[in-house]
Amino acid sequence: MNRDEFDIVIVGGGGAGLRTAIAAAEKAKAEGRQQRIALISKIYPMRSHTVAAEGGAAAVTDEGDSYQAHFDDTVSGGDWLCDQGVVDYFVHNTYRELAQLERWGCPWSRRPDGSIQVRRFGGMKTARTWFAADKSGFHMLHTLFQTSMQYPEIERLDEYYVTDLAVENQQVHGLIALCVATGEMHVIGAKAVILATGGAGRLFRFNTNAGTVTGDGMAMAYRHGVALRDMEFVQYHPTGLPGSGVLITEASRGEGGILLNKDGYRYLQDYGLGPETPLGEPKNKYMELGPRDKLSQAFWQEQQAGRTGKLGDSDVVYLDLRHLGKDYILERLPFICELAKAFVNVDPIKEPIPIRPAVHYTMGGIETNGQCETSIQGLYAAGECASVGLHGANRLGSNSLSELLVFGRLAGESASDLASERSAPSKAVLEQQAQQQLDLIHQLKQGDGSENWVALRKEMVKAMESGCGIYREEAGMQAALNTIRALRQRYKNVKLEDSSESYNTDLLQCLEVGCSLDIAEASCLAALERRESRGAHQRLDEGLQKRDDVNFLKHSQVFYQGDANATITWQDVDVRFSAPAERVYGDAAKGAHS
Amino acid sequence: MSQTKSIRVQRYLPEQEPEPFWQNYEVPFDESTSILDALNYIKDELDNTLSYRWSCRMAICGSCGVMVNGIPKLGCKTFLREYGTRVDISALAHFPVERDLVVDMDIFMEHLEAVKPYIIDKSKGRPTGESDTYRQTPAQMARYHQFSNCINCGLCYAACPQFGLNNQFLGPAAITLAQRYNLDNRDKGKRERMAALSEHDGVWSCTFVGFCSTVCPKHVDPAAAVNQGKIEAAKYTLINLLNG
Repeated sequence: MNRDEFDIVIVGGGGAGLRTAIAAAEKAKAEGRQQRIALISKIYPMRSHTVAAEGGAAAVTDEGDSYQAHFDDTVSGGDWLCDQGVVDYFVHNTYRELAQLERWGCPWSRRPDGSIQVRRFGGMKTARTWFAADKSGFHMLHTLFQTSMQYPEIERLDEYYVTDLAVENQQVHGLIALCVATGEMHVIGAKAVILATGGAGRLFRFNTNAGTVTGDGMAMAYRHGVALRDMEFVQYHPTGLPGSGVLITEASRGEGGILLNKDGYRYLQDYGLGPETPLGEPKNKYMELGPRDKLSQAFWQEQQAGRTGKLGDSDVVYLDLRHLGKDYILERLPFICELAKAFVNVDPIKEPIPIRPAVHYTMGGIETNGQCETSIQGLYAAGECASVGLHGANRLGSNSLSELLVFGRLAGESASDLASERSAPSKAVLEQQAQQQLDLIHQLKQGDGSENWVALRKEMVKAMESGCGIYREEAGMQAALNTIRALRQRYKNVKLEDSSESYNTDLLQCLEVGCSLDIAEASCLAALERRESRGAHQRLDEGLQKRDDVNFLKHSQVFYQGDANATITWQDVDVRFSAPAERVYGDAAKGAHS
Repeated sequence: MSQTKSIRVQRYLPEQEPEPFWQNYEVPFDESTSILDALNYIKDELDNTLSYRWSCRMAICGSCGVMVNGIPKLGCKTFLREYGTRVDISALAHFPVERDLVVDMDIFMEHLEAVKPYIIDKSKGRPTGESDTYRQTPAQMARYHQFSNCINCGLCYAACPQFGLNNQFLGPAAITLAQRYNLDNRDKGKRERMAALSEHDGVWSCTFVGFCSTVCPKHVDPAAAVNQGKIEAAKYTLINLLNG
């Protein structure tokens, strides 16, 4: 076993992790502290799933826009389940983060005069989304990664898989990581640990996410007693490619793309988003620029009514960009042209793109307060893995790329401060935890189990899709929960085929499935117990089809109980600025609060 | 998915076998099945022990570069329909193989870092306020933008005969990245970067085969960047000479 000690350890090398690392390094420098910072990632940082974000990042930018407007859009978009103090902090801090990224070299798209160009996005009252063509996440990630290289205090541990945190008496002491190349265990002490491990879209069969988005960090915190909050809220992005689930950006609609059913009809006007806007004149918060939850729900309704088309085995609707013209499409949306050609053999300049909703984003996550602190001292979470309280029941497109910057920075700066005050981590706690992990891996490799993780994963993703889809019913959610609980029991009997040390991806994927199963239980339980419909959680059950603020203006908190069933409690939502109101779009929103 | 194709994968399991060997797998496929889909099918259904890198499966993370019939390809964006009866998959050429299709990327990462791939600007007029930004017109961005689209997949290194002979050569992606910053109007760090670029293992190692640009899955055209780099390096060397 290899042993090392750092002041600050960041788990995850995506946008949030990199921003955290840079912020910690700068804070340490500003305060004159000598701090060792480790950035640990199970893949090379520039492979992280931030890379696949396409549309852009929101900030109040142009004259005529206001913090109040961005706040109102986010809070109503989240169906009033956002913590409003957190939203307020967020909207006031996004611009400076995007400007910082500009100064670090991000190739944001520009106006002819060289100033920042913004585009329209769903659920946003005005154009405020910064973008880098339709590869915004890619450019942000590479800019952050390359910028991080000028900070010698940031020591990267690329391709290290963190298997567990070392925690005792609600205090973090570090973590245990597996070097993927050698199979060696590393015992890593730390005064502060920041989880920036991303979401859990891979709980579902059909999704836009990378194979790595398995919720590992969520599971680690959860297993040590931190609540997973609002896990019932899973975002279906309305436009994924059929078959693969590959993402077609919301910016397609922001730039003027329209959605058609099989009859060529712009069906969104029938779902509270109309009236129909003229072709080539997209209007904020109307029609195709409604929020993602509403658009995915409209697809489901069209599907039920038999008005969707077919591509292979998939029910689809159509995203039509043709009226935008070749030059504009190639300037603003080159990547989705490449993707549509490669994966469904469609040229968006000439034909509408067949699309369907796909699981995209995990609104819930590791519960933190507004400072990114979890209930364990020294443990922080930032980015998609966290539930800082920003997104509520439905995230607005282009708020997440801004989130990972705003809260990554906050977490990194706070962690540097805390690490300067905390005493050295306990070696005894670390050693004990390391031994447990060694035993566990030995058991997986050499034990007499008979289950295979591939089968368990297949059953999990099927159960989640059928029980916790765009619309949900009591019986379906209960069945999914039962299945997940049975799978968790079976997981204890899992056995690997591969017992080697180096690049044992059989082991890594098996560990990922174990993480996914634990958080899938939290997701199902919260879904079942939220007996109302709000944002991305829509129930078909009689009497539960509407929002119920009397009983459910609450965050769900699910707690891990080892082999026993997880438990749930409810937490008040911070609604200090904006009282819950009806959530409306299109003409229905005229004169409404937002 | 009634059709199947026979796929040969070069395995390398140094803990069990000292030498690489070829293994056959029968994989169902249709029009949409990619090389990566085939590998995932093998991993899940036929052989849990096969190791390879992958992540986004949408041609943007750069993880899944492999050789298909001896040509560097991105696994997720290469489809079985494009091949006849022979589909041989092996690890990216010119990198040390760690196991199966996984190569050691350390040298690649070192080359990226060596070119200082970040904005260097210590000028007086630089924007410093927390909400300040540079101005960059679309025309100024167009000068470097293509080079900023590199996904670090490493296919160009597997295609580069010079890197194959001498892995100290910075190589196409790193030189492209240097040019990406050199051409950015926000950057003033060209001189710092030219030191690495002008060395023997910098741009001069390139013999302009151009295969790097042919295999690039994102049309970044690293060969063009290397060529520009040579002109810049010549200027740099000349100026240094004149300055004694």
